[in-house]
Amino acid sequence: MGASIGRVETESAVLFGPDGPLLLDSGALLAPVEVAYETYGTLDADRSNAVVICHALTGDAHAAGYHDGADRPGWWDTIIGPGRPLDTDRFFVVCSNLLGGCRGTTGPSSIDPATGVPYGLRFPLFTVSDLVKVHRALMAHLGITRPLAAVGGSLGGMQVLQWALDAPGELGAAVVVCASSRLSAQNIAFSAVAREAIMGDPDFRGGDYAQAGVRPDRGLSTARMLAHITYLSEESMRDKFGRRLQDRDTPRFGFDVDFQVESYLRHQGESFLRRFDANSYLYLTRVMDYFDAFADPVAVARALDGTSTRFLVVSFDSDWRFDTAHSREIVRTLAAHGAPVTFREVSSPYGHDSFLLDIPDYHRTVGAFLERARRSAAAAA
Amino acid sequence: MRPDLRVVAGMIPEGSRVLDLGCGAGDLLVELIANRGCRGQGVEVSTEAFHACVARGIPVVQADIDEGLPDFEDGAFDVVVLSQTLQATRRPVPVLREMMRVGRVGIVSFPNFGHWRVRFDLGVRGRMPVSATLPYRWSETPNIHLCTIRDFEELAATEGLRVAERALLAPDGRAAAARVARRPNLLAAGAAYLLTRD
Repeated sequence: MGASIGRVETESAVLFGPDGPLLLDSGALLAPVEVAYETYGTLDADRSNAVVICHALTGDAHAAGYHDGADRPGWWDTIIGPGRPLDTDRFFVVCSNLLGGCRGTTGPSSIDPATGVPYGLRFPLFTVSDLVKVHRALMAHLGITRPLAAVGGSLGGMQVLQWALDAPGELGAAVVVCASSRLSAQNIAFSAVAREAIMGDPDFRGGDYAQAGVRPDRGLSTARMLAHITYLSEESMRDKFGRRLQDRDTPRFGFDVDFQVESYLRHQGESFLRRFDANSYLYLTRVMDYFDAFADPVAVARALDGTSTRFLVVSFDSDWRFDTAHSREIVRTLAAHGAPVTFREVSSPYGHDSFLLDIPDYHRTVGAFLERARRSAAAAA
Repeated sequence: MRPDLRVVAGMIPEGSRVLDLGCGAGDLLVELIANRGCRGQGVEVSTEAFHACVARGIPVVQADIDEGLPDFEDGAFDVVVLSQTLQATRRPVPVLREMMRVGRVGIVSFPNFGHWRVRFDLGVRGRMPVSATLPYRWSETPNIHLCTIRDFEELAATEGLRVAERALLAPDGRAAAARVARRPNLLAAGAAYLLTRD
């Protein structure tokens, strides 16, 4: 439904210069912070129609439309565009690459001005709150003081939740899809194994692989293969691959790729190498591990009691990476503080990845919620 | 708004935090939020009604109240409303208990199966009643746990609930005439109760 936004380009801004560095939760200072971002649609004269997209672990600023010469659209093209739930005829949509990323925003692969070489593991550790600080600085840069909404899935949803806690009432609406207020031991365990794969690669070189002219490709692709399994449901893998063999009728009886699912995972792992950096993967998974949105009940009460932000929480019944119980925990805390919260579990066979897919029932809910947020804002103006 | 919802709304103090169980398209919550300064939250199982609430800006959780109210903490609400819904639940007693767990007070309204019209249909005509308050044919009805005023009051007492206020309803849902109070179980078409824990 709806149309593609068409051709788009990534822009860039320097938000924290040497005279105004970013103060991270760890106490470390970071400058400069360059941020890559894209915008779709037109900002209203009163700057009241901005919707911020927060991307997930391995996303980037290119959420919708097509880059010059590309045959694949941005990662959330199904939901962003004219007539789509994030309707670019109505909303001004902004998506930026995350702090610590590797797609145009300052991260461990950026050059440390103090040393002249890539930060590597000398890049400071940061939190979801720090990601939000950068989002808010980008909004200020664009002249937007009160975004109509922030929307995100998975790690993106965590940023949206943290934004609502860090700047109470700043967001008109907060859309939190298949996210969690804090990871379970199982969630952290998957991240830990992924990081082990990367750091155990002989080409990791303590994170300074770039200077050595090598890359821990084996480790990073293994990390991606593992993570990818957790993004799909058993049902979707069975439907897609079953136990079918790759290009043959009888097993090869060897340890090379033999099953279709193995070939698929290998392809996922390899294509990931073209667009992601191993150090960024370490940092961004660690951010998720440490995230604990409701850890401080006093701060949570201060942020949520009487908040004007309207929340939409959505989960998917086949998502086992962050299952519905994670979303319900968020709903329970929001409701306990009287925050207006709308929640539903959408039925989908596709697991955690559902939030990226064109699922009409899910898009209907997000679209209706954002349209109502737009009307409420217009009526209040 | 339906007249019986007006009666229910009249039992809710201005500015309350209200949870409406089985809120439908959110008619009661719209009134409470827009005109009575309440903070409202709905629970609704139907996807169509859920989206009607979303379109009206009513915060709503899609859930089946027969599965409990795990999304809400003890005493999270001033008032919890169960309006014309109890009789459609599979397990009315656990639903009542969950209602009183998450709310300080509860409001329950239901059609009175002891009403003379019902007794006439069953007792004289030998048919399942179809009326303004029981508008479904037996084979179509969502109502599976119908009760009378007497039955409900007995259950409330057993559950340790005190009736703080009772409004008797006429067949059109409005407050019933004063004379109905003389024999409520026979003359009232429905009732709405404001309940507190003993």
